[in-house]
Parts: sequence; C-alpha cells; structure tokens
Amino acid sequence: MTSLFQEITPGAAQEIPVREITVMVNGERRSAVVEPRLALAHLLRQGFKLTGTHTGCDTSNCGACTVLVDGRPVKSCTMFAVQADGHDVMTVEGLAGPSELHALQEGFKEEHGLQCGFCTPGMMMASKALLDENPSPTEDEIRWALSGNLCRCTGYQNIVKAVMWAASKLDGGDTEPAEVDS
Amino acid sequence: MTAVDEVKIGGMGASRRRVEDNRFIRGKGNYVDDIVLPGMLHMEILRSPLAHARIRSIDTSKAWAMPGVRLVLTGETMAARNLAWMPTLSYDTQAVLATDKVRFQGQEVACVIADDPYIAKDACEAIVVDYEPLPVIVNPTQSMAEGAPLIRDDKENQSDNVIYDWEVGDKAGTDRAFAEADLVSKIELHYPRSHPSPIECCGSIADFNRATSKLTVYLTTQAPHIIRAAVALVAELPEQMIRIISPDIGGGFGNKVPVYPGYVASILASILLERPVKWIEDRTGNLISTGFARDVYLQGELALRRDGRILGVRMNTTADHGAFFSDAQPSKFKIGLMHSAFSCYDIPNAHLVARGVYTNKAPGGVAYRCSFRVTEAMFFQERMVHAAADDLGMDQAEFRRVNFVRDDDFPHRTSWGFLTDSGQYGKCLDVGLEAVGYQDFLKEKEEAAKRGRLLGIGISTMTEPLGAGNSREYDILGIKMFDSAELKIHMTGKALLRTGAKSQGQGHETTWAQIVAHELGIPAEDVLVEEGDTDTAPFGMGTYASRSTPVAGAAVAMVSRKIRAKARKIAAHLLEISEEDIEWELGRFYVRSQPDRGVTIQECAVAAYSNMPDGMEPGLENVAYYDPPNLTWPFACYIVTVEVDPQTGVWDVLRMVAVDDCGVRINPMIVEGQIMGGLTEAYAMANMQFITFDDEGNCIGSNFTDYLLPTAWETPGFELHEVVTPCPHHPIGAKGIGECAAVGGPAAFVNAVMDAVKGSGVRNIDMPVLPDRVYEALQTGQDVSGAPPVRMA
Repeated sequence: MTSLFQEITPGAAQEIPVREITVMVNGERRSAVVEPRLALAHLLRQGFKLTGTHTGCDTSNCGACTVLVDGRPVKSCTMFAVQADGHDVMTVEGLAGPSELHALQEGFKEEHGLQCGFCTPGMMMASKALLDENPSPTEDEIRWALSGNLCRCTGYQNIVKAVMWAASKLDGGDTEPAEVDS
Repeated sequence: MTAVDEVKIGGMGASRRRVEDNRFIRGKGNYVDDIVLPGMLHMEILRSPLAHARIRSIDTSKAWAMPGVRLVLTGETMAARNLAWMPTLSYDTQAVLATDKVRFQGQEVACVIADDPYIAKDACEAIVVDYEPLPVIVNPTQSMAEGAPLIRDDKENQSDNVIYDWEVGDKAGTDRAFAEADLVSKIELHYPRSHPSPIECCGSIADFNRATSKLTVYLTTQAPHIIRAAVALVAELPEQMIRIISPDIGGGFGNKVPVYPGYVASILASILLERPVKWIEDRTGNLISTGFARDVYLQGELALRRDGRILGVRMNTTADHGAFFSDAQPSKFKIGLMHSAFSCYDIPNAHLVARGVYTNKAPGGVAYRCSFRVTEAMFFQERMVHAAADDLGMDQAEFRRVNFVRDDDFPHRTSWGFLTDSGQYGKCLDVGLEAVGYQDFLKEKEEAAKRGRLLGIGISTMTEPLGAGNSREYDILGIKMFDSAELKIHMTGKALLRTGAKSQGQGHETTWAQIVAHELGIPAEDVLVEEGDTDTAPFGMGTYASRSTPVAGAAVAMVSRKIRAKARKIAAHLLEISEEDIEWELGRFYVRSQPDRGVTIQECAVAAYSNMPDGMEPGLENVAYYDPPNLTWPFACYIVTVEVDPQTGVWDVLRMVAVDDCGVRINPMIVEGQIMGGLTEAYAMANMQFITFDDEGNCIGSNFTDYLLPTAWETPGFELHEVVTPCPHHPIGAKGIGECAAVGGPAAFVNAVMDAVKGSGVRNIDMPVLPDRVYEALQTGQDVSGAPPVRMA
C-alpha cells in the first residue's frame, strides 16, 4: 500500500478523516490512504511520484494537469483523488514503455510542438483522447479539442502539426511535415 | 580527408530537433515542484485582502497551535533579522512581509511552514490580521493629485508618490521642429497592465545545512548568479556557501527575473528550521503579486512635413509602478529603453519626458518578453506612426518607407543616442507587402466597404535593441551585463559546455551545441550543455531581454575559438610542422601544402591529454566572458488583416504575416518557434490579455477565468518570412529574436482594427481591443480609453 504522507503529526491523525482508495494507474493497481479533499493531481505527483502531471492554475483553466480517467481527459487539479477510486487513470508516464515513444511524443518533438515543456504532458494527454476518438482530425477539430490546454511558448501552430504528425503515423501513413495553413 | 559536413553534424543553420525534448515529452522534466528532499517542509503565504491598510495586529496563535505547523513568519520575525525589507533591482526597497501597512492587494503578510501544503494553507486561514483600511490609489492621475495619500510613508524624503521624473533628448531642437511643422499629429494611449503568466508559477526549495553551513536553493529563476549575489547581500551569507540551482523552468517571459518575498521567506525558514522548505506559488498568488508588466500612459506627438517626413517626436510617458519600484531592468535609464522608440526611422529631433509613480497595485515592471520597456516604446511608436499617416492622408506603407533609415546609412545614431548598426528595412517591408498582397487587399477592402463590411490592414515595423549589455550602460546591482561560456573537450573529443545563461524553453541545450559544432566541427550530439547551477556554471547574467544568443551565444563562439587556437598548436606538434603552415577547415587542421595531411579536432583532443607538445599545459578546456560592444538590432515587419463585425464589435484575424530579420539563424526551427510564440502574445495583448483594478484596488484578473490567455482555438495562424542581415559585431552574425514578435506585434493588430473602423472617425481604442470597446467606438464615434477608474477623494 502506498501512503500519501509518510508521517502524520500526532494529533493530526485524529482530526483528519482519511479514506483508502484503489486506482489503476498506467495499468498498475495502486492503493493509498488519502484525505477526501486531496486533489488527484497531488495524489499522482506527491503520492505516486508521477511528476509528469503538472499543475499550473488550480482552477481547471490551464490543462497542464490533464490526465485520462477511463479514457476521458480530466483536469486532475480539480478532481478529488477519492473520485478516482476504482477508476482507470493514465498519465504521461503511461503513454509508452520505458524505451518506447508514443506517436504523439515523437510528433511533438518532430514538429517542435513544445518549448518549456510544462504544458506538454497535458497537451499530449488531451491529444490522445482526441485521437482515440477521432483518428484523423482536421485542424479545427484539433484546435477545439486542445482549447482547454494553455501554452504560453509555442503559439499552438506547431502543436497542431504535432498532433497531425501523430495521427498520420498512427494511421500507418507517411510522417512528412504536416501543412497547416491557418 | 575533407572537412566535415556542417549540416550532418547539426551545425549552424540545421533545424536540429531539440535535445531537451527527450525528457519533456516523457514527463521527465525536472521542475522545482518535482524536486523532493528528505525532511522537506512546505510553505504557504498569507496575502493581504486589502490594497491599502495599516496593520493593527496579527494574531498567529491559532496557526501555531495546529498539528503539523512548524513555523509562522510575520513581518516582525523578519524585522528581528533585518529581513522585513529587501532591495529591488531598481534601487528601491520592497517589503518581504508587511510590518507597518499593506500597500497592494495580495501583498505578503505572513508565512506558515508545515508538514504538508494543505496544513500550511489551513493554518494561513487561521491567522487573524486586524487591518485599518486606508484610501486606495489605482491610477497615476489620483497618485499625482494634490493631497493624495502617501503610499510610501516608510521612505525618508518621500513626500509624494512620484518615483522619478526623467527626460532625454533635445527639447529646444524638438520645440523648433514642432514650430516648423506643417502638421502635428497627436495621440494618447495606454499600454495596459499585463502579466507574463508562464504556465509554471514561481517557487523555491531552500535547503540550509547547518553542518556544512551551505545553503542550496532550487529556484524558478532566469538569472541564478544574480540571485546568488542578491542572497549574499540580503542574507549576509558568504557567497561560496550559496548554491542556486535553476532546474527546468516552465516558462519565464520576465516573470522569473526578480527576487520575490516567497524566495526570501523560504530561505529564512530553512535557516531557522534547518530543514528543506518548499514554496510553490499558486496561480492567484502569481497573478496578483509577482512581476506585472507595462501599465504606461503616453501623450505622443509627431511633427510632420506635408511630404510625409517626420521632423520631430515628443513622448510624454507616465508609468504606474505599483507599490514598490521593482522594475527588473539593468539600464542606467529610469524608464528602461523607452527612448529606443523610432530607432528605425530617421528623425532629426526627439524629446522624451518620463514619469514614474507609486500606486496601490502589485510591484513588478518586469520586461515581459522584451527588453526593458521596449514593448511599450515600439507599440507607442507604431500607433503614433499609424495615426500620423492617417492624419496626413498618406499610405501606411509609403509613410514608413520615406522615414526609414536607409540601408547605406549604417551605423546610424538615433536622435536619442542609440547606435543601430545594420538592417534592410525597406526590403523587409517589401517582402511583407508582397506576402500579404497589399494592393489587392486595399481593393478588396474598398469593395467590401460598399457592402457594409469592415476590413482593415495594420502594419508594424520596428527595430529594437536586444541583448544587454554593453557593460558601459547596463548593469544589475553594479554587476556588468556580460555573459560567459565554459567549454571542456574531453579526451575522446566529446564536450561539456556550460554557460551563464538559463534556458526556459529557448532550447539552449540544442543551439549552444550547434555553435560549438560550427566553430570546431565536433558533432552537436557530442556536446552536452548544462546551465543553471551556480556551483558549476561560469558567472553569467542569465536569460531575459533576448540576450542569450547575443551575449552567451557569442561567448560560446569565443570559447570555441580559444579551444581551436590551442588545438592548432597541438596539431602543429602532431604534424611536425610550424603553426603558420597549418590551415583549418571544419573539424580538421591540415598542412597548407599537403591538404591530405591533417589531424581532426578529436585527434587534437586525445593529444591534449596524452601527447602534448613540450611546455604546453595539458588539457583542452577554456572559459570566455563576452562583453558585447553594442546591443543587437533585429528588424521586423508585421502585417495583419482583420474583419470587424459592426453588429458585435468582434474582430477576426484574416491573415498574419511576419517578416523577421534577426541576422544569421542558428536553428531555424527554434527561431520560428520563438517568433510564433511572440506573435501569440502580441495577439493576446491586442485582443484579451489585461489586468485591471476596481477603485478599491481589487485585482480583476486574479485567475485564468478572469485573466484571459489565448487558446489554440482563437489563436490565428501565422505566415513567417525572413530576411537576413548579419549583425556586424556578433561573432556569428546573430541577433536576438525571442521577443521581436511580442514587441512589434501588438501594434499590427491594433492598427488593423483602427484601419477597419477608420470611417467612424475613431483614432484610438486602448488595448485590449475588446468587442465592447469596438462596439462603443463604432456607436459613439469616440475614442475608448482603457485606463482604470479614478475615484478622487
């Protein structure tokens, strides 16, 4: 069992209610004892040491903390860990095995779809949700699907190209640089 | 044997894929909040809900009593250690934790250090502060009014709210130019307060080890060495015992240059508790208390001759600096480089008066994706130029062209004293006009107008000073604005490069290696780049103001050349020939008379450790400190076309064409990424992004629901073009680029909207050009000001 905080100050333990939860994280069954108010993002980062999920705004606006819960993109900074009990969570660390890259990861690198890298895990998870549902999205569909994820560095144009690159690769097609015209 | 192929080894001009991406795409970046140290505690900050109030008392007893709370800091605790106030980068003082009164909403009042961040936050809420509200000032007009309440009553000799009153230029000559003018074009503008808002907020982990007396601080800083110097001065700790580590940074844009109270408090807490203390700012804290940008008012005038020549320029600016003058700017000029305005135009007379005032708003004045106040300068310039061309009834492109500094007129001394050194302004404009189909668009616009549709085109052309120093005019706390690079060539010909800069997404790990490849012929993939650790990196001034390539990048080239000079001696030894008889081609020295007889740089590296000439110091390592002779002057032409919906005031971008001349491009892919990022911020400024205040000093824009940033959905597509005029003084001919688009871009968008609504008689709508402002302007035919409310006492 993973406990979120290794040590609880005497006194605090009696005051703070806790609950045991079990979550499938990147295909692995993991349990933790958590406060009901603990955000899923914090469980993933501090509890499970999966620091690829970032928090940037605490209000569901920026999308840096986007993970997939049962395949759907969720802002993990405003979902409680207890709400994930019994559900399936995928983070950026689950996109590919240790020595592999998911097509989206390759696409983001190939098309220069990232600069500081802070929004990137959330961007890729939101993109994955899109491609799982719509394997060959148009530029508008990509822009709409990613409109809950803020990036301050790139201006999005290369992110759109990165998703197109990945869609093309997943489709078995060639991976020449995508043309984005607007 | 021949020279290595520069493209193949990832040298200059190669769009090499980024090295740093390998960890970012896997979620394996190492940002401050990802770092966990043994025994680490967590700090939260209690902030003032009021914009101006005297603190009667602070009761922390309930917070202390909460399980898991280790320490509560207040202004009193700080004052006992002479840390309640700290110096700013603009020679003012700033409160770390408030002692006497609070001067802006969000000011730091107390800190709680606890076992986890949730407990720390709970305990902050348990602190009771008794405030006595004071009159609030959110506007320079109020601030300068007779009898206005004194904001900085902590400062001796401060009897009003004026920080500085500064002027530059030739007043008498400019007055004469205006007297001789055929026409004077006037405009009043406000560049609204904005916030850089990198997606990662600020944070620190201070780790003081009593046993070794060493203080290690992991910090979201763009300038680790400056922070080390500042900590040494403020905390009075020996500099060799301070180690600042700037790990991966989730965007900076100027927000991560200043020293913030949270950093200082976490350091003191770690010293007191002898445990690591982590402080991670939340978004609201970031937006309401850390470095804002802009907030400058302009009264601008151009003296014009009927034929379109500008005879003189007058600018009168008033900057709202908030409660503390903490502009992060290293120039000796009070309003930064505001007087770099109009540098691309040949104007004989210019005069600038700049005033700065205190208000009850957050301090900052950071250079948000620009050199210090250059964004305001270029926005004002291009809005004034646009209005002047309209006043003259002249074509926007032609008006600019007749006033440009000509290609054969470099070096050119501007009337405010800057020395521009290169450019092809007319050519850039031509490329932009051609790309956008200028004449065709003007016809289309005329046709559309007949059917009641409002189309507009906006041009913005500018050259801006990037890459501080030189050290004569630029310093921070007295430290000159040079930068540095250290290169170690290992025995196997692989290399380690460290610089005094610090990437926050600019891709230094990739591009610096390309410069080494270009200079030495060592494949870029063989060069490991490290930055951001003051214990290992050479002393440098950090990354902001687009100075990395102009200064640190130059140092990388210079240190590579030092290495090459030593390698040449080794090559002579290996080839048993005089050094004078040796030639260099990329990656290889050879005998001039026998080109097939040569040694590679890698062979020289082995010899440096195993077979050096008699009397030569072993090893192949060196360091270079580079003090640039001048700033670099990239040029840009941005052209935007829009359609305004007269029913709603909403405007859509039809085309956005960018022509950038940033000299030689090291990695074109990264350069284009920088330009697109900047264009997006330009669009944001013009369209949505601003922080305003109500008349009680409440910050409207304290989260991303109120402070709007553009998403992928509304951000327009960009069409990029280039012109290359190498920088004459930079060792590889490069100029700064990271900020050009954010600096020159906003005016292009605003000018386009103004062009579309020109028929209504409106000359200005302040940024952001919100739909309701456009609608109001169209309905009333009046200009729309964006200045915050004035409530006079």
